[in-house]
Amino acid sequence: MSRKVAVFRREHFNAAHRLYNPKWDDATNEKVFGKCALPNYHGHNYEMVVKVTGKPDKKTGYVIDMKTLSDIIQKEVTSKFDHKNLNLDTKEFKKLNPTAENIVVVIYQLLRPHIDKNFDLQVRLYETPRNFVEYPVK
Amino acid sequence: MVYLTRQEHFNAAHRLYNPEWSYEKNEEVFGKCANENWHGHNYDLYVTIKGEPDAGTGFVFDVKKLGQLVKEHVTEKLDHRNLNLDVDFMKGKMCSTENLVIGIWNELKIHLPPEVHLHCIRLYETPRIFVEYYGE
Repeated sequence: MSRKVAVFRREHFNAAHRLYNPKWDDATNEKVFGKCALPNYHGHNYEMVVKVTGKPDKKTGYVIDMKTLSDIIQKEVTSKFDHKNLNLDTKEFKKLNPTAENIVVVIYQLLRPHIDKNFDLQVRLYETPRNFVEYPVK
Repeated sequence: MVYLTRQEHFNAAHRLYNPEWSYEKNEEVFGKCANENWHGHNYDLYVTIKGEPDAGTGFVFDVKKLGQLVKEHVTEKLDHRNLNLDVDFMKGKMCSTENLVIGIWNELKIHLPPEVHLHCIRLYETPRIFVEYYGE
C-alpha cells in the first residue's frame, strides 16, 4: 500500500493585468480577448493552492513542513506578484501573455526547484472564484 | 419589512495614491497599494433594498430588474476597468474601498425607481476585506 499523502497550502496575491498579443493589432486583440484587453488594465484576487505529494517523513510525520512550504511560496511567487502589474512589473510576463494558464505554469516553474525531487508538485490557480486552472495535468 | 439583496461582481485595477503628497509619503501611508503600475481585485457587490412585498407579485421589487439596473449603472462602468483612470464617478477621488462604496451608492441611487428604498451596499475588495454603506 502506498503511503503517499498529498498536502495543500493556499496562498493569495492581488494583481493587475491585461491580455494582449503585441503581434496583433488592437482590433484583433479586442476581438479575441474582449474587455480583458482594455488598455488601462484590470485586476484579480488570485488564489493559489499548492499541492505536494510524497511519503511522510518517519521522524517528523510531515511530507513537508507547511511553514517551509508557505515561506517558499511567499519568496518565490507572492513577493514577486502581489500588488504588481503582471505585464509591467514582472520579468516572467514581459513577453508572455498573463493568462491564468500561463501564470499557473510560471508558478509551477518558480516553485519546482525548491521542492524535494521525490515529491510531486501540482498548482491550482483561481483567477476568480469561478475560473481556475491546474498544472501539471495528471 | 423585507430586505432584498442582489449580488454582482466586477474585476478592476486601482492604486491608492494621493497626488498632493510626495512619492515617499504615499509609500509610507499606502505601502504596496501605491504601486505606480496598479494592482487589482475581484470585487463582490451586495446591493440591499428594503420594502413591503407587493400584494400582487409578492416582490419587494423585481430582483431581475434590480440586477439589470446594477449592471447598467455600476458594474458595466467598473468591470475590467482601471478605477483611477476609467470611471467617471471616481474621477478626482481616492479609489479606496470606502470611497468606491459611496460612489456606487450615489450612482445607483439616482437610477433606482423612486419606490425602491436603497438600504445598504456591501463591497468586498478581497474575501477578507469589505465595507458597508447605508447612505448616512
